[in-house]
Amino acid sequence: MLEVKDLRVTFAGGRSAAPARAVDEVNLALREGEIIALIGESGCGKSTLARALVGLVKPQAGQVIRKGSPLRYSKAALRQHRRSVQLVLQDPAGALNPRHTVYDLVAEGPRLHGLTDDLYQRVCSALNQAGLRPPEQFLARYPHQLSGGQQQRVVIAGALALAPAVLVADEPVSSLDASARGEVLRLLLELRDSLGLSALVVSHDLGLAWNIADRVAVMYLGRIVELGTVEEVLLRPRHPYTKALLSILPGSRSAESLTLLQGEAPDPTAIPAGCRFHPRCPLYSQRHGDARAPWCRERDPGVLPALSELPLAACHFVTPAPADDAVPPLASSVSQ
Amino acid sequence: MSTDQRPADALPVVTASHVNRPPARFAGVRRRVMQFFTMPTGVFGAVVLVVVVATAVFAPLIVPSAALDVTRVDGPSLHPPTAGYPLGTDQAGRSVLDLVLWGTRSSLVIGIIATALTVVVGTTIGLVAGHYGGWVERLLMQITDWVIALPGLPLAISLAAVLGQGNTSIIVAIAVTSWTGTARLVRAQTLAVGARSFVERAKALGATDGQVMRRHILPSVVPIVLVTSTLKIADSILSAATLTFLGLGNPMDVSWGSILNSALGQGALTAGAWWYLIPPGVAILIVVLGFTLCGRALETIINPRMGAFR
Amino acid sequence: MIAPATEVGDAAVPPLLEVSDLRVSYGVGSRSVKAVRGVDFMLRSGEALGIAGESGSGKSTLVMSFLRLLPAVATVTGQVRYHGEDILTMNWGRVRAVRWAGASMIFQGAMSALNPVRTIAQQIVEPILLHEKIGARAARARASSLLHDVGLPAARLNAYPHELSGGQRQRVMIAMALACGPDLIIADEPTTALDVMVQAQILQLLKDLAANRSIGLIMISHDLSVLSEVCDRLAVMYAGSICELGPTADVRSDPRHPYSSALLDAFPEIGDPAARRNPHGLPGDPPDATIASAGCSFAPRCPVAMPACATHEIELWPSGPQRLSSCLRVLPEFRDAPDGTGVPREPAESATEGNPVG
Repeated sequence: MLEVKDLRVTFAGGRSAAPARAVDEVNLALREGEIIALIGESGCGKSTLARALVGLVKPQAGQVIRKGSPLRYSKAALRQHRRSVQLVLQDPAGALNPRHTVYDLVAEGPRLHGLTDDLYQRVCSALNQAGLRPPEQFLARYPHQLSGGQQQRVVIAGALALAPAVLVADEPVSSLDASARGEVLRLLLELRDSLGLSALVVSHDLGLAWNIADRVAVMYLGRIVELGTVEEVLLRPRHPYTKALLSILPGSRSAESLTLLQGEAPDPTAIPAGCRFHPRCPLYSQRHGDARAPWCRERDPGVLPALSELPLAACHFVTPAPADDAVPPLASSVSQ
Repeated sequence: MSTDQRPADALPVVTASHVNRPPARFAGVRRRVMQFFTMPTGVFGAVVLVVVVATAVFAPLIVPSAALDVTRVDGPSLHPPTAGYPLGTDQAGRSVLDLVLWGTRSSLVIGIIATALTVVVGTTIGLVAGHYGGWVERLLMQITDWVIALPGLPLAISLAAVLGQGNTSIIVAIAVTSWTGTARLVRAQTLAVGARSFVERAKALGATDGQVMRRHILPSVVPIVLVTSTLKIADSILSAATLTFLGLGNPMDVSWGSILNSALGQGALTAGAWWYLIPPGVAILIVVLGFTLCGRALETIINPRMGAFR
Repeated sequence: MIAPATEVGDAAVPPLLEVSDLRVSYGVGSRSVKAVRGVDFMLRSGEALGIAGESGSGKSTLVMSFLRLLPAVATVTGQVRYHGEDILTMNWGRVRAVRWAGASMIFQGAMSALNPVRTIAQQIVEPILLHEKIGARAARARASSLLHDVGLPAARLNAYPHELSGGQRQRVMIAMALACGPDLIIADEPTTALDVMVQAQILQLLKDLAANRSIGLIMISHDLSVLSEVCDRLAVMYAGSICELGPTADVRSDPRHPYSSALLDAFPEIGDPAARRNPHGLPGDPPDATIASAGCSFAPRCPVAMPACATHEIELWPSGPQRLSSCLRVLPEFRDAPDGTGVPREPAESATEGNPVG
C-alpha cells in the first residue's frame, strides 16, 4: 500500500554543526487496512519519517512507494500523493486556522483539489465519519468553540474529505485529555473497519500501540530497531531498547525489572559507530565479556527489511552465536 | 434531566436557515466592525475622517474656483478675520478658509497615494523575505536595515530635490523612505504564521506555496497592514506637508504645506498674520488625529499582542 | 460535615496540610465560574498525594489557591491549614515566609521559570542568601549538594539554562524547590513536557526525595499511572470536586467511582486483553463550570448512571477502608441498582443531605 525503502533524511546543520541524520535507512511497509504504531523517544526521527511519507520532507536517499510506484517529487505527483496519504498533526488547536469555520476547515482539502461539486455533502459526510454528529451543528463553529477531542476530529474529517487510503498521524492524542484520547483512538479503529483505511500512528506511547495497532516499529536514532506484531514486540520484546521502554511504563513497572536508561534522547548529529544504541545499552554494559560485545562497538547490526514473517530486532545479542569473520546476519529469529 | 447537564444538548442549535447551506464566510469581520463601534476614540476618529474626506470631495462645490485665482479675487490683502472672511485673507486677497478647504484635496490625495505605494512596496518585500527565506531574505532585510539607518527627512528632501519639483517626486520620496517599517512587520507576521502547524496541515492537504500564501498567510497579514497603513497615512500627510512647505511640491497646487510655504514667503510671520499660519497647521493636526485615533482603535481590535485577536 | 474516620488527624499534632471546604470561583453573578466546588483532604508529613483530573477539572486552581497564587479576580473561601495555621487568612508577610521556607512549587514549564541570563548557581543561591543568614560560600556549597541530590554534576552550577536539556532543567527546578528545606512540595504536571525516558527518571527522583526527606508532596497530573508511580494516595478530581480519594493501589485495582475507572482505562496496561484493539474513552465533555447542576456532575457522561444520579449528589463518602467516593453507588441502597434503570423508590433521606452521620 505504502512503503519506504532505504529512506534517508538528513537536515543540514548550522555553520559549524554536523548534519543531522534524522532518518537513517528505514524500510517499512504499510499493508492495506493495517495500523502500524511507530514508537520512539523525541528526536528519534519518527516525526520526520511521518512527514517523508506524506511527501512534506524530501529524502536524500531511498524511496517512498505508493501502490508499487515510487513517489517523484514534482508538484503534480506530490499533489496526487497527498490526496491519498493524509497527515494528522499532534496539536489540533494549532493545526486549525483559528479564523476559519469548521466548514471551511474541512472543505480546505477538497477545494485545493478542485473537488467542489457537492462540497457541502462531502464536508458533512466527512464530519459524520469523524464522529461529529449531526454535522450541521458544527459547520458554523470556530476551533476555539470546540473541545480538544472535537478539534482533533475536525482535523481527521479534513483528511477524510479527500477520501485518502492512508492516514499518517503524528502523536494524534498526546495533547488530548484522557477521556478524549480513547475516543479518538476508537475513531481510528472504526475508520479502518468501515473504510479500510491504513494508518501509521507515530507516538511515544506503547499503550497506544496496544490499543489500536496491528504491528509496532520501534525507532531509535533514525533507524527501526525492532519490528513485529504488537503481541510479539510488546509481550516478548527482543531488543534491549524496547525492553527498557516497556520497563519504564508508569504504573506497570516493578522495581526489579525497571531499566532506566541514563541520559536523554540521543543526538542525531553524532550517531555512535557500531550499534547506535550501545552507549546506553544495558545489555552491552552487562556483557562486556561476551564474544559479541566488540561487535556492538564496531559493527552496524544492519537495517531491518520492511516485511518479514519473523519478528525482527537489530541487536547483535538477539542473533545466534557468531561464526568467525561472518558479517553479522540480520538479527532475526523465530519467536518462541 | 435538565438539558444544561448535557453538553451535547447545550450546543447552540443551528437555525433552519443554516441547514443545508455552508455557513456564511467572514462572520468574524462583522464582529470586529461591531467591536469598533464600541470604542469612543475610534468612532470619533472615524467621524473626523468622514468630515475631512467629504470636505475634500465636495471642495469644488463649497469653494468656487474663482476664489482661488489670484487674478480674480478682490479681497483685502492680509486682512484679519472678518464676517466675510472667517479666517482672514492672504497677501493676494484670497480667503484663507477657502485655501485650507481646497488644500484638503491635495494633502489627502498625496498622503494616501504615498501610503499606498509604501504599503505595496513594504508588503511585497516583507512577504517575499518571510516566505522564501535564505539568501533572498538576508539580502532584502540587509537593504531594509540600510534604509532604516538613513535619516528619513534629509533623504526625502534630497530625493525630491533630485527628482525635481512636483507631487510625484514627493510621493516617491515618501514611499522610498518609509516602506521599511511595513516590510519588517509583514516579514515577522509571515514567519510567525508560516511556523504555525495549520500551514503544515495545508501543505499536507496538497496546497501549493501560492495557495498557502493566499489562504493562510495573506489573510493574517492584511489586517495588520491595513491598520498600520491607517497610522501611516498620518505620517505621510505630515511628511508631504513638510516637503511642500520646504518648496519641493508643485507650486501651482494648493495644499496645507504650500499654504504655509507661501505664508512664510509672503512675510506673514513678520506681519503677525496668525490667521494665515495657524489654520493649515490645525488642519494637519485634525487629519493626523483622525487617522491616528482610527488606526489605534483598529489596532486594538486586530493586534494579537493587545489581546483582542482571534 | 462530619469528617469520615479516615480523614481525622492526630488531635495533638496538626497535620502538615488540611484543606476544608475550599471553594474558588472566578467572576461574580450568574457568569461566575466555579472552578473548585468544596474540596476537603489532609496531608501528613512525608506523605505523597496525587491529584488527577483532566483539563478544566480545577486541579491547578486548587493547588495554586493553597499558596494564594491565584489572581485577584478569584474568590477563595474555606480553609487551608498549614501546620494548623490557615494560609488564607494569614498576613502577607507570613504567606511569603511559608512560600519561601515551608512550601514550594514545581511548575510544568521549566524553561520559562528559569532566568535565561543567570547561571544555575546564581539562581539557586540567591533565595538562600535572601532568607538565611549564611555566607556566600556556604550557600554555594549548599547549591552544589542540592544539585547532587537531584542527580546533576556540581559542574553544572555554572551553566546557563539554555545549556541544559529539558530533563536537566526540571532537575534544577526541583533543586530550587528544595533549596530552603521545605516540608511541603507542590508539583504541577512536573513531567508533562518531558520525553518518556526522562519522565521516568524524574518520577524516580521525586519518589526518592519524597521517601528520604519526609517531605509532604502534592503532585498533579492528568495521567493516573504517572501519579501512582510516586504517590501513596490518589485524589481524582472532576468538575471542581474530588470524586474519589484513597490509597493508590486500591484506587488502581478497584476504583469506586466510574470516572476513576474511565481515567484508568484510558491508559491501558500492556498485555491486558480487554484493552487490545479496544481503546476506552469517555464520550462527552466536562460540564460548563458556570452552570450549577443538580445531581451528580458526572451523571451526564456516566456509563452506569441511574435516574437518582440526576437529582442527588453526595459528598465524599466512605467506600472502603481509608477510601472515599462521591458516587451514589457506594450507598448500600444503590450498590446493586442496575444501570440506567435505577431504583424506583425514593433514595434515602441522608443521601440528599450529603454525608450522613458516620
